[in-house]
Amino acid sequence: MRLVILDEYDLASEWAAKYIRNRIIQFQPGPQKYFTLGLPTGKKHSLGCYKKLIEYHKSGDLSFKYVKTFNMDEYVGLPRDHPESYHSYMFNNFFKHTDIDPANAHILDGNATDLEAECEAFEEKISKAGGIDLFVGGIGPDGHIAFNEPGSSLVSRTRVKTLAKDTIVANARFFGNDLSKVPTMALTVGVGTVMDAREVMILITGAHKAFALYKAIEEGVNHMWTVSAFQQHPRTIFVCDEDATLELRVKTVKYFKGRFTFFLDNTTICKLSSSARKQTR
Amino acid sequence: MPSNKSVSDAPITQFVNCKILKDHKLQKEDLWVREGVILNPEKLFFDEKGSADIQVDCQGSIIAPGFIDVQINGGYGIDFSLATDDVKGGVTLVAKKVLEHGVTSFCPTLVTSPPDIYHKVLPKIQFTEGGPTGAGVLGVHLEGPFISQEKKGAHPEQHLRSFQTRGFQELLETYGSLENVAIVTLAPELPQSSEVIDELTRRHVTVSLGHSVANLSQAELAVQNGASFITHLFNAMLPFHHRDPGIVGLLTSDKIPSGRTVFYGMIADGIHTNPAALRIAHRAHAKGLVLVTDAITAMGLPPGRHTLGQQVIEIDGLNAYVAGTKTLSGSIATMDMCVRHFLQAAGCTVEAALEAASLHPAQLLGITNRKGTLQYGTDADFVLLDDQLNVRATYIAGKQVWNKRF
Repeated sequence: MRLVILDEYDLASEWAAKYIRNRIIQFQPGPQKYFTLGLPTGKKHSLGCYKKLIEYHKSGDLSFKYVKTFNMDEYVGLPRDHPESYHSYMFNNFFKHTDIDPANAHILDGNATDLEAECEAFEEKISKAGGIDLFVGGIGPDGHIAFNEPGSSLVSRTRVKTLAKDTIVANARFFGNDLSKVPTMALTVGVGTVMDAREVMILITGAHKAFALYKAIEEGVNHMWTVSAFQQHPRTIFVCDEDATLELRVKTVKYFKGRFTFFLDNTTICKLSSSARKQTR
Repeated sequence: MPSNKSVSDAPITQFVNCKILKDHKLQKEDLWVREGVILNPEKLFFDEKGSADIQVDCQGSIIAPGFIDVQINGGYGIDFSLATDDVKGGVTLVAKKVLEHGVTSFCPTLVTSPPDIYHKVLPKIQFTEGGPTGAGVLGVHLEGPFISQEKKGAHPEQHLRSFQTRGFQELLETYGSLENVAIVTLAPELPQSSEVIDELTRRHVTVSLGHSVANLSQAELAVQNGASFITHLFNAMLPFHHRDPGIVGLLTSDKIPSGRTVFYGMIADGIHTNPAALRIAHRAHAKGLVLVTDAITAMGLPPGRHTLGQQVIEIDGLNAYVAGTKTLSGSIATMDMCVRHFLQAAGCTVEAALEAASLHPAQLLGITNRKGTLQYGTDADFVLLDDQLNVRATYIAGKQVWNKRF
C-alpha cells in the first residue's frame, strides 16, 4: 500500500482531489472511453475533497463529461429528497456543480420495491461500465468501509445491511439527535465489490479514526475491521492527516512520511489548462 | 449534454451566478425554470436524468419572488375608479408599467364610488395571468363604500354607505357582483358587519379593516368572523391609545384565533408613516407586515402639475399635493422604492424587506401555492435586483418581461 500523510484535513482533501483529477486527466476520457469513479458519502471526510474537485472543474482543468460515478451506499427507506439522504448530499455538494451527465451518476435506490434486485442491478451496471478505475472511500471509527459493518464478509457484494449501533449513534446528529429517526438499514457495495476496482483510495482524517487506521494497516486482515481487506489489493493508497496516525508505530509513519512529497506538486505530472493560462499572461 | 426528459420536452432554463430568496434566506443557489414554473433540479437530475438547455448569467443579482401590490388605485394618469370607455386599457397600461418596479401581480383598487360605477367597472377588471403585456391581476380591492364617515379620508362622503337593514344583500347590490373581487375594506363598527364579514369570508373574499373608528373589541370580533387584513395601518383609524389600542392593537392581540395571522398594509414611502411608527409596528408583528403602495393616478408622472379628473395635482419629489396646498393627495411611491425605504427605515434584513412585498401579500391572499415564493412548483414570477434592491429585470412565468436596459 501507499500511505500518504498530510499535516491536516484540508491538505489531505486537496491531495486526494488532486490525485483524482490527475488520474482522470491522464486517462484522457472520451465518448468511447469513460472513466469510472467510485465515490464516498461520509460527510466529514468527503466534503473537503468534493469542494476541491468542484474548484478544479470550475477553473476548467477537470471535466466530468466522460466520467461515470458509482456511490458506495444509500439509506433504506429514507425519501430521496430528504436532506440527509445520500442522493441529496451528492446532488447538492457535487453533481449540481459539475457537468456530469445525469445518466452516468449512479446511486443505489434505498426506496426500490425489490432491494435485492436493486443491489444486483447495481453490480450489473458496474460490470457493464467496465469495472471501476478508481474507488474512493473512507472508513468508520469501527474500521468499516461503506456500510460493511464489523463481521461483513471480505468477499461480499452489493447488498442490504443492518446498521451497527455505533453507526446509528454516530449518524444521530444528522437527524436532530433523535435515534428513532435514523435509518437502521442501508444498501451498500460489498468489500469484494470495492476490491474489484483497479485502484482504491481511502481517506482517513481525525484522531477518532486513528485506532481504525492502526487496525487496518498494522494488524492482520480481519472481518471485524473490514478496511483491512485492502492489504490484499494490488493498488491502494491511504490518505490521512497527522491526527489519524496517532495510533501507528513511529517506524511506520517515518517510513511513509516524505516519500510522496513529489506527488504534492502535480503540475509536473499533469498539464493543466489553468496553469497554461497563467503562463501566457 | 443529452437530455432524456421523460416528463416534458420543454426547454429548461438555469439561472446561475445569483443569490435566491429561499426558506427565508438569501442563498447562493441556481434557479431552474421550465414551462413557467420553478423546477426542482434534484428531481430533474435523478428522475429525468435531465439538465439545462439554457443558462442565464445573473451577474451576482439577488433573485426574489415578484412583488405583489394589494393596494394600488392607478398610476401614469390612469384612475381605476373612473368609469372610462377603456377600463381594460387603463388596467393594462398600469400593469405594463409596474413591471419596472418589480411588481408581477397586483390588485387594482377602487375607492368609494356610487353603485353604477361598480356595476360598470368591476366586470371589466378580470383575473389575468401576468406576461409580457403586464403584471397579473389577482382580483379587485374594493376600498369602501362601507366605511366610517369620520375616517373617510379622501373618499367622497356622498357615496358612503351602511349595511342598513339588509346586511350582505346591501353589499352585493352595491357592488353588483363579487366575481372579480379579491379584497373588501370595510369598517367593522357598522351594524351587521359581522354577518357581512362572515359571508365574504365564506366566499373566499379577503376582508380588511380600515377607514374605521372601531375599538379593539370590535376589531377582534371582526377578525374572529374572518377579517384578516388592516388597510394602511395607522392611517384612517383611531390612533393607538394605551387603554384602547383600537385596530392597531390587533398586532399584539391575544384574541386572534390560533393558526391565523392578521396582516397589515404599510405605505413605506417615508411620508404616510413616520419611520419610528413603522418600526414599532414591524417589531410588534413582523410576520404580518405587507408593503403596499396605495399609489394614485399621479404615480409615475413627472414632477409638476397634472390635471387628473376633477383635481389638479402638483408633484414635488415623492409628495403629491392638491395643487396650491400642502394637503397630501395620495402616494406616488413605487413598490421598489417602498421596499428600499422599508429596508433602510426598519433596519430589517434584506430577506424581511423582500418577503414583506412578496411572501406576506401571497399569504394574505392564500395563494402561496402559486405566488410569493421561489418554491418548486410555483409560478416563475421573480425579480433580479442589485444589492441595493434596485430592479434589474422582471420575469413572469420564466420569461423576461422587463429589463433595465429597455
